[in-house]
Amino acid sequence: MPGPMKMRATLAAGYTDVRVLMSHPMETGQRKGPDGKPVPMHFIQNVTVKVNGKTVIEGQTSQAVSRNPVFAFRLKGGQKGDKIEISWRDNEGESNSTEAAVA
Amino acid sequence: MRTIMLATVVALAPVAVHAQGSQFEHYQKMVAEGSPAELFAVEGEALWKKPQGPKHASLEKCDLGRGPGVLKGAYARLPRYFKDADRVMDLETRLLYCMETLQGRDRKEALKRPFGNADKPSEMEYLSAYIALQSRGFKLNPGLSHPKEREAYELGKALFHTRTGLWDFSCTTCHGTPGKRIRSSELPVLDDPKTVRPLMATWPAYRVSNSTFKTMQWRINDCFRQMRTPEPDFGSETVNAVNMFLTATARGATYRGPGTKR
Repeated sequence: MPGPMKMRATLAAGYTDVRVLMSHPMETGQRKGPDGKPVPMHFIQNVTVKVNGKTVIEGQTSQAVSRNPVFAFRLKGGQKGDKIEISWRDNEGESNSTEAAVA
Repeated sequence: MRTIMLATVVALAPVAVHAQGSQFEHYQKMVAEGSPAELFAVEGEALWKKPQGPKHASLEKCDLGRGPGVLKGAYARLPRYFKDADRVMDLETRLLYCMETLQGRDRKEALKRPFGNADKPSEMEYLSAYIALQSRGFKLNPGLSHPKEREAYELGKALFHTRTGLWDFSCTTCHGTPGKRIRSSELPVLDDPKTVRPLMATWPAYRVSNSTFKTMQWRINDCFRQMRTPEPDFGSETVNAVNMFLTATARGATYRGPGTKR
């Protein structure tokens, strides 16, 4: 089961600052486990951001991103109470999502 | 001669930019925003409320010094003397005590993995992230009035200065003179309030380089390991005394952890 996510969205002058934490092992496939066998690739492939149900970001990520990544970005405009939903899907088909209102 | 001088000036220029804050501090500031420590706190909260052990009880009634279940500001007031256990305890020692008494767990079972790794963090790590987070903004104020608290402080101070182990190291060997470092990590002087405060204000912490959450007991244990002494037992008098000495030296600092380290 995927670990927790945590998001914070704060309104500033004319834009919204969004920061989201995701727990994920983000295995590159290059690392060897204690048994000497390579640890299979396991990483977040897609990140989707929706504001009030409308998709605003569809991002693709690779193995180059660290374990437990944090993504931060600015959305133009926005107002208090806007619902922001962020979801990810990894190469093994696992996914998770979280939502928060702009504060 | 003139060209040599010029070259020196150019080489020094980037250092001057970070005159007030070193590059390490700059890096630390960058990683501290949106620290994964918060993810550990989320898991820690679930663990705090999860019934476990033979008594099928959660830790919610655990008294961390401010009354059963009170977490606000509790971490900032540790270590301190606990009457029920008749000894000085830091956070993890107290948590272990609660696991044994409230949950009825066997000490060995509760300590099977006191320190976790990136793939499988330990219970203590999750819990200390959750509990420490709720002391943000509180001033570090360990107990120093009870005779046993003063005794722990004195013992910690003595341990800090005593040379021991295969290499005849004391804590001061690395942490006694300003300006020392190991590779890219600065080694702060640990008996000077000025340099201890920012440190104790940010432990426990998430460590970026190996994606793990590290507790204070781990920090002290690992220093002993690096000094090539036998590793102290979890929750031992030794670890609590050293922790007491460090926290007391940092007294008055505003807690802003759990932090993020290199």
